[in-house]
Amino acid sequence: MNPVIIYTVASLSGLGITSAVILFFVARKFKVYEDPRIDQVEETLPAANCGGCGYAGCRNFAEACVKSESFDLLFCPVGGNDCMTKIASLLGRDAATKDPQVAVLLCNGTCENRPKTNHFDGAQTCAITTALYGGETGCHYGCHGLGDCVRVCKFDALTMDPVSGLPVVDDAKCTACGACVKECPKGLFELRKRAKADRKIYVACKNEDKGGPAKKNCSVACIGCSKCFKVCPYDAITMGNNLAYIDSDKCRLCRKCVTECPTNSIIEIGFPPRREKAEAASDIQITAKPDNNTQTIN
Amino acid sequence: MLKTFSIGGIHPPENKLSVSAAITELPIPKTVVIPLAQHLGVPSKPIVQKGDQVKVGQLIAQSNGFISANIHASVSGKVVKIEPSADSTGYKRDAIFIETEGDEWMDGIDRSATLVKEIKLDRNAIIDKIAQSGIVGLGGATFPSHVKTMVPKGKKAEYLLINGVECEPYLTADHRLMLEKTNELVVGIQILMKALDVKKAIIGIENNKPDAIAIMKEAVKNIEGIKVQALKVQYPQGGEKQLISAVLGREVPSGGLPIDIGAVVYNVGSVFAIYEAVQKNKPLVERVVTITGKQVKKPSNFKVRIGTSVLELIEQAGGLPENTGKILNGGPMMGKALAQLDVPVVKGSSGILLIPEQEAIRKEVFTCIRCTKCISVCPMGLEPYLLGIEGEKGLYDKMENDRVMDCIECGSCSYVCPAGRPLLDYIRLGKGKVGQIIRKRNTK
Ligand code: SF4
Ligand code: SF4
Ligand code: SF4
Ligand code: SF4
Repeated sequence: MNPVIIYTVASLSGLGITSAVILFFVARKFKVYEDPRIDQVEETLPAANCGGCGYAGCRNFAEACVKSESFDLLFCPVGGNDCMTKIASLLGRDAATKDPQVAVLLCNGTCENRPKTNHFDGAQTCAITTALYGGETGCHYGCHGLGDCVRVCKFDALTMDPVSGLPVVDDAKCTACGACVKECPKGLFELRKRAKADRKIYVACKNEDKGGPAKKNCSVACIGCSKCFKVCPYDAITMGNNLAYIDSDKCRLCRKCVTECPTNSIIEIGFPPRREKAEAASDIQITAKPDNNTQTIN
Repeated sequence: MLKTFSIGGIHPPENKLSVSAAITELPIPKTVVIPLAQHLGVPSKPIVQKGDQVKVGQLIAQSNGFISANIHASVSGKVVKIEPSADSTGYKRDAIFIETEGDEWMDGIDRSATLVKEIKLDRNAIIDKIAQSGIVGLGGATFPSHVKTMVPKGKKAEYLLINGVECEPYLTADHRLMLEKTNELVVGIQILMKALDVKKAIIGIENNKPDAIAIMKEAVKNIEGIKVQALKVQYPQGGEKQLISAVLGREVPSGGLPIDIGAVVYNVGSVFAIYEAVQKNKPLVERVVTITGKQVKKPSNFKVRIGTSVLELIEQAGGLPENTGKILNGGPMMGKALAQLDVPVVKGSSGILLIPEQEAIRKEVFTCIRCTKCISVCPMGLEPYLLGIEGEKGLYDKMENDRVMDCIECGSCSYVCPAGRPLLDYIRLGKGKVGQIIRKRNTK
């Protein structure tokens, strides 16, 4: 055999073996002890790496679970209570439980409700339009409709409705990771408590303008008239910044406020159709309303 | 060869349609809306109340911090409300609404056209007067003028540069000022030289304004220390750093200020306002605004009271042309589109530009073809294509490393990009985000 080949093979093998020996000792010397429970906890987690827990990824969260004293501030919204109880029993601790939540869009400024006043043809992201100006409509609190939230949702729970121009949350898929809440530059998402059969009642508006201007720019804007506030039997509604807010913890889904709202800003989702009587009653109220509202509007 | 700045630059069509229109006074508006945030820095604090009677030139809002400016009533009449009102961005910010009654000025304001040459005030009194009068950078940057006169300890101003470049296409407000208020400007320059204690002042004017160059040269012929420098036409020469590079051949270091290399720059509009403030005791209540556009009937240069609605300007220039597609506050390169027309003229409004529909459409966006055109035109030596891609992907820490904060938002990169990439949009976004990151880091 050609001696060149022999030398080459020999020297390379020699190099390989020496390196292996060095590496072996180095690895021993600098070995970092890792709690095996971190691996176990990580396996329990959903592996979504969404950051909804506030940590950079599932492994970081697992580490935090193993290391920290109490579970009070630790919660994986994706895995939910089940996942947290499992982790707790694994580590022999008490789990913090949380009511399941779901993301809700606090704007109902659809193309129909909120007419466009100008057109933007620059880079199509909400972050840029928000930094530049108030948006394509007269309401500068509402959704810009360019879908930053949709792009950031890792669970496919958000889609853009081309007709309304607003993002839609798929309750079944939303894990309440909160990524959309953080991403939306207009601050339009809220994580609200999940109710039975995913029923929801909320004020879908963040327009802080006074009644007149708010209504001028969007037909379903909350005008801060306090009617819902007055009618709520459970004190679930608070008023502030010309807006009503319904606390999902206190709201018992009685729907009294919905019929009371003169601008239909309160949205009800997941309810069966109203009974005849209730419908008739609400009709009367609606016809009675415009008179005392027209002045404030125009 | 004529001087210009060292790297980058473009030469867009000049379109100076209103160049021969002499400055005319716009009729006093029936109402004015005076925003409290018209300058860079902290918004001013109102010191009048609803129902108060004010005179022209009366202080109505006070400077509210080191970088802030006073605001004065631009008409006489009654304060009707202090309420948020939509400004040029469409966002609502606090503003003072005044309903005009007559035209009564504060006592002691000299409104005559006589030229006052002798500078009576001493250095500190001049600086004080500039601060009192609420003067800010009228070129559009709106940086409070008095702050620039206070040279930080350990630094020395050597040159005073006067920015008569007006490199933005279409705009002619500064050009007209140089033609019509030549001697006032010269006195203004002398005031600033005294305030800054500098011996040398250079007026930079682009070569497409030969009349302004000639008239300014004539005016400073016998004055020691003041010189006029003709410059090659190149956008964005009006940028502070570019002007210094063009005139002095010095470069402002990244993240630094002109004063670091001994220069202070003032726009001619500000110089004129400073003349009026110091010599005539007149605060900043009006400014020259160009209103122009290819289809505008009478492209004009108006002297406008601050707070006048843009609608009124358009009206006076012959009305809104039918197929207007975009209305810009400022020039075509750096101006921002208005989302609505009923917004007030503020201290920083140098022009209103009406663009016909067919020219208002952006190019279709493609992926970057790595042609490097954007790099070759960037006057700050940045790599706009890279910043654009990083901005799109949200890699803000990378953007910081790639010196996004150095961008002067001149828009040259977006202008030349053959792929129609909205580079500046992403860069602006990046600047905002990086600014937040830096602030967070500093407060930690
Ligand atoms: S909708 Fe929002 S909260 Fe729900 S999964 Fe998507 S990003 Fe997370
Ligand atoms: S909800 Fe927010 S992020 Fe989503 S499209 Fe609307 S403005 Fe953009
Ligand atoms: S906008 Fe910024 S990045 Fe683009 S050319 Fe001008 S300075 Fe350079
Ligand atoms: S000019 Fe446009 S296409 Fe050319 S390198 Fe820059 S970003 Fe890419």
